[in-house]
Amino acid sequence: MTVPTIVPAQSFSMKIDGIDVSARAGQTILEVAQENGIEIPMLCYVEGLSNWGGCRLCLVEVVGQKKLFPACSTAASEDAQVVTNSERLQRYRRTILELIFSERNHVCAVCVSNGHCELQAMAQKLGMTHIHVPYRFPSHDVDSSHDRFRLDQNRCILCTRCVRVCAEIEGAATKGVSGRGIESLIINDLKEAWGDSQTCTSCSKCVHVCPTGALVEKGTAAAEMAKRRQFLPYLTVMRENTP
Amino acid sequence: MTPEELRHKAAEERTAQKRYKHCLNVCMAAGCMSSGADQVKEALTSVVRRYGMEEEVPVRAVGCMGLCSAGPLVSVEPKGVLYQEVKAEDASDIVTSVNDVPVKRIHCPTDTPFFTRQKKIVLENCGKVDPERLEDYIAADGYEALLKVLTEMKPAEVVQQVTISGLRGRGGAGFPTGLKWGTVSKAGTGQKYVICNADEGDPGAFMDRAVLESDPHRVLEGMAVAGYAVGADRGYIYIRAEYPLAIKRLRLAIRQATRAGLLGNQIFGTTFNFNIELRLGAGAFVCGEETALIASIEGRRGLPRPRPPFPANYGLFGRPTLINNVETLANIPTIIRNGGAWFASIGTEKSKGTKVFALAGRVQNTGLIEVPMGVTLREIIFDIGGGIPEGKKFKAVQTGGPSGGCIPEQHLDMPVDYESLMQVGSIMGSGGMIVMDETSNMVDVARFFMEFCMTESCGKCVPCRVGTYQMHELLDRIHRGQGTPTDLELLKELCDVVKNTSLCGLGQTSPNPVLSTLRYFEHEYQELIAAANQAHAATPAGEVTR
Amino acid sequence: MIQAVDKPQPPSDDKRWKIVDATMRRNGHDRHALIETLHTVQESFGFLDEEGLRYVANSLRVPLSSVYGVATFYHFFTLRPPGAHTCVVCTGTACYIKGAMKIVETVSQKYKVRPGQTTPDGKVSLLTARCLGSCGLAPAVVFDGDVVGKLAGPQVAERIERWVKS
Repeated sequence: MTVPTIVPAQSFSMKIDGIDVSARAGQTILEVAQENGIEIPMLCYVEGLSNWGGCRLCLVEVVGQKKLFPACSTAASEDAQVVTNSERLQRYRRTILELIFSERNHVCAVCVSNGHCELQAMAQKLGMTHIHVPYRFPSHDVDSSHDRFRLDQNRCILCTRCVRVCAEIEGAATKGVSGRGIESLIINDLKEAWGDSQTCTSCSKCVHVCPTGALVEKGTAAAEMAKRRQFLPYLTVMRENTP
Repeated sequence: MTPEELRHKAAEERTAQKRYKHCLNVCMAAGCMSSGADQVKEALTSVVRRYGMEEEVPVRAVGCMGLCSAGPLVSVEPKGVLYQEVKAEDASDIVTSVNDVPVKRIHCPTDTPFFTRQKKIVLENCGKVDPERLEDYIAADGYEALLKVLTEMKPAEVVQQVTISGLRGRGGAGFPTGLKWGTVSKAGTGQKYVICNADEGDPGAFMDRAVLESDPHRVLEGMAVAGYAVGADRGYIYIRAEYPLAIKRLRLAIRQATRAGLLGNQIFGTTFNFNIELRLGAGAFVCGEETALIASIEGRRGLPRPRPPFPANYGLFGRPTLINNVETLANIPTIIRNGGAWFASIGTEKSKGTKVFALAGRVQNTGLIEVPMGVTLREIIFDIGGGIPEGKKFKAVQTGGPSGGCIPEQHLDMPVDYESLMQVGSIMGSGGMIVMDETSNMVDVARFFMEFCMTESCGKCVPCRVGTYQMHELLDRIHRGQGTPTDLELLKELCDVVKNTSLCGLGQTSPNPVLSTLRYFEHEYQELIAAANQAHAATPAGEVTR
Repeated sequence: MIQAVDKPQPPSDDKRWKIVDATMRRNGHDRHALIETLHTVQESFGFLDEEGLRYVANSLRVPLSSVYGVATFYHFFTLRPPGAHTCVVCTGTACYIKGAMKIVETVSQKYKVRPGQTTPDGKVSLLTARCLGSCGLAPAVVFDGDVVGKLAGPQVAERIERWVKS
C-alpha cells in the first residue's frame, strides 16, 4: 500500500463577476464560485455524483471566448474572467427553464413537493412568471407499485440525479433512462414496476436527491414532501475514506 | 508479407491484368446492385463463357463508378467505353462488340463534364479495382504507403507530411488532420487507439459508404498509417448497421489483409503491430459526435459528454484516441505516396485537396463526384450535375445535412471550401449535396431537418431535447398554415437559445437549416403566416379553427 | 470460493442462444460488448425480448436498466417481433425531396399501419429509415432486404399486395 502524501494543490487567482477569487488547480468554475459565495443556477449537478452537464443552467461566459461554458464541468483556469449573470445568460436560463416546464406536467398547486421543489425555487429565483413556449401536456404514468415510494413521470425533469445516485453511491443501478430525446423516461430495471424490482434496495437516496416531485415518499399530501438532504455531503466522504 | 513480396505481388498482378485484351467491369456498389447489377454480371459471365472468351475478356466486379442514377453501369477497359442502364439482355451485344464500335443503345458518353471535371484522389480506385480482391488493390500501389512509412519514415515525419498536406477533417467540421495526429502522438505513451468514423448519418450522404464498398483496403491502409504515426496498435471502424454490403466487404478486407500480414503483428517484419476490429452502430445520428461514438463503442447509450477532455487525450476506454472520418483516412495513402506538398498544391489556400460529394435531389446526374476544393457550386450543379431536370428552376442547394443550410441562387458562384460555405450560413459537412427546385417549399425543408434533429436528439441536455421538439412544432404549425407572427418570433428566439446552450454539435447546429432558410427565404415563412392570418380573419365569429 | 451468482443459463434450449454465447465469448464477456451482443440476438431472433435482455444482462454483468436503456436508445433495435415481411421506406433528404412521404402515406392508408407498426395479420411491417445511402436512386424502398429505387406509391403498394395475398 502506498502512503498518501499530501501535496498542496497549486493555487492561482481568477475573476468571477469582477471579484478577485483564488482557485486551486483541478477545481471547476462552479466549485470556486460556491466557495466564494457566488451562486450559479443549476439543476442536474449534485456534489459527490458524476457530472452530467445536461440542464445547461450553469452556463457562464468567459471574457474573450465566444462559446458559453458549463460551470459544473469546466476547469477553473488562471486569470480567466468569468461572468455568471449577464443579461444574455439570464435570458437563456429563463428560456431553458420554460422549456423544462413545457416538457411535462408541472402543476405546482397539487404537487406534494410544492414549496420544497428546486424547479419551483429556480423559477422564482430567475424571475420566471409565466411561460411563452406552448405546453406539451404529455400523458405519463405514475408508478405507485413500490410500498414506500412513488415515481411520477409528470414531474420529472430528466436530470438523472436518481440514476447516478443509484449506480454510483448505492451500487444498485436499478434506475436508468430508456428511449432517447423527448421520449426519454426514467425506468426501473427492464422498465418494470418499481415494486417488482429485484435490484432496488429501497434505500430512498433517489427520492431525496430528486429535485422535484417526481420521486416522493408515499403518504404525503400536497406540499408535504420535504426532502432530506443531510446525507448528501457524506456520500463521497464515506466512500473515499472507506478502505 | 515482406516488402519484396508486396512488390512482387504487385508486379505479378499487373502482368496478369495486361494479359487480357479487354476487361468488362461491372459496378457492384449498393446503388447499381439495387438496379440489378448482379444479374448483369451473371449474364455477361455466361455470354463470355458461351463464346469461349474467358481468356480474353474477364468479367470483374468493381466499386462505384459515380453515376448512380444511370445504373447498372458496365465499363469496357482499357478502351474506356461506359454503358448505362444495362440489362441482362444487353450482355451479348456488349460482349460481341468489344472489338467493335460500342453498342449505341446503352452507350454513355464519358466526355461530358460529369466525367471530365472531376479530380479523383479518394475515389481513384473506385470503379477500377475489385473491392473483394486484395491483389487488385496491391496492383494499384496498395499498401505502398504503409510500407513507406514503416521502412523509411519516423512517426513524427508522417505527422509532418500530413500537416504539410493541409488535409482537414472530412467529417464536416474541417479540423486540421495533422494537428489532431500531432496531439494524439504527443499524448503520452501506452495504449492508444485509432477510430475510423464510418457512422455516416447525414440523410442524403453516401460518400463513405461508396468508398468502403468500392475500395475498403484504402481505409484500412490509412488507419494503419495513422496508427504508426500516433503510436496506436489497435483500430476500430464504427460503421452503420444499415450498410450491410460495406460491412461484408470490410470484414473480408480485414481478413485478407490480416492473412497477408498487412495487418496484425510485425507488419513487413518491423516491430509495428496493428489490428482492426469492426463495431456496428445501431442507428443513432448523435454517434457521429466523437464522445458519443466512444460511448457507443464502449457498449453504452450514445450520449456525448462535455469536452475537454478531448478524445485525443482521454478517449476510448480512457486512452488517447485518434478519430478520423472515412474520407479523411482514405486520403492518407495517396498523401504519403505523393508527399504532403503535392496534396497541398490542389485546392484553395485554406482548403486543400479534393472533396467527395454525394449529389442528389432535383438534379439530372445524381451520384458520387470528387472535385478539387474551390470549384463553384454552379459548376457542380449545372456542369457536372447537368442542371435541373424537367425544365424546372433551381431554388437552393442544401449542404451539410441537418447541421448545414440551404444556399440560394445568388451564392452559386462562390468557391466550395470550408470558410465560404460557413460564411453563407451553411457548412461543408460530410459531403451530402441535395439540389432543390422551385417545387420545394423551404419551410417544409426546415421542418424536415428539424424533425430529424428532434428524433435524433439523445435527450441529455434540455435545449436540444425540448428545444428541437418545440421548434419542430412551430415549423409544423407555420407549414400547415396555422402560424402567427408570434410563432415566428418564438422560433427565432429558440434558434438562438438552442444554438448557444446545447451540449454537443448536434444540438448546437440543429437550428442551422431554420436560420439559413430564414436568411434567404423568410418571405416563404411570411407568406404562410399571412395566409393563415387571412384565413383566420375570414372565419365567422363563434367558429373555432383548430 | 463462493460464487455470488450462478452462471446464467440461456432462456431456452433454442440453438440460436449458442450463436449469442459465441459472440459474448469472442468478446471475453466484456460489458463493452453489449451492443455487439444485442446485434447478434436481434439477428438470430428478429427482435429483442425480455428474457433475452435479461440473459445478456446477467451474462455480461451489465445492470438491467442499462441494457434496457441501450436497447431503446438505438433505433436499429426493436423489442417487438417484426411482421413476416418488412417494407422500409427511406426518408433521407434526397428521397424526401423526391416524394418518399407520399409512399409512406399511400402504404399507411391502404394497409392501416403507421410507420413502425405491423399489420394486424402480422404479415407486413412498415418502417422508415434515415437514409440508406441510395440517394442516387431516390426515392428508395427496401423490400425484405432488397433495395429498389425510383419508386412511387402505387408500385410499392403493388409489391405489398403480393405479400398480403400470399
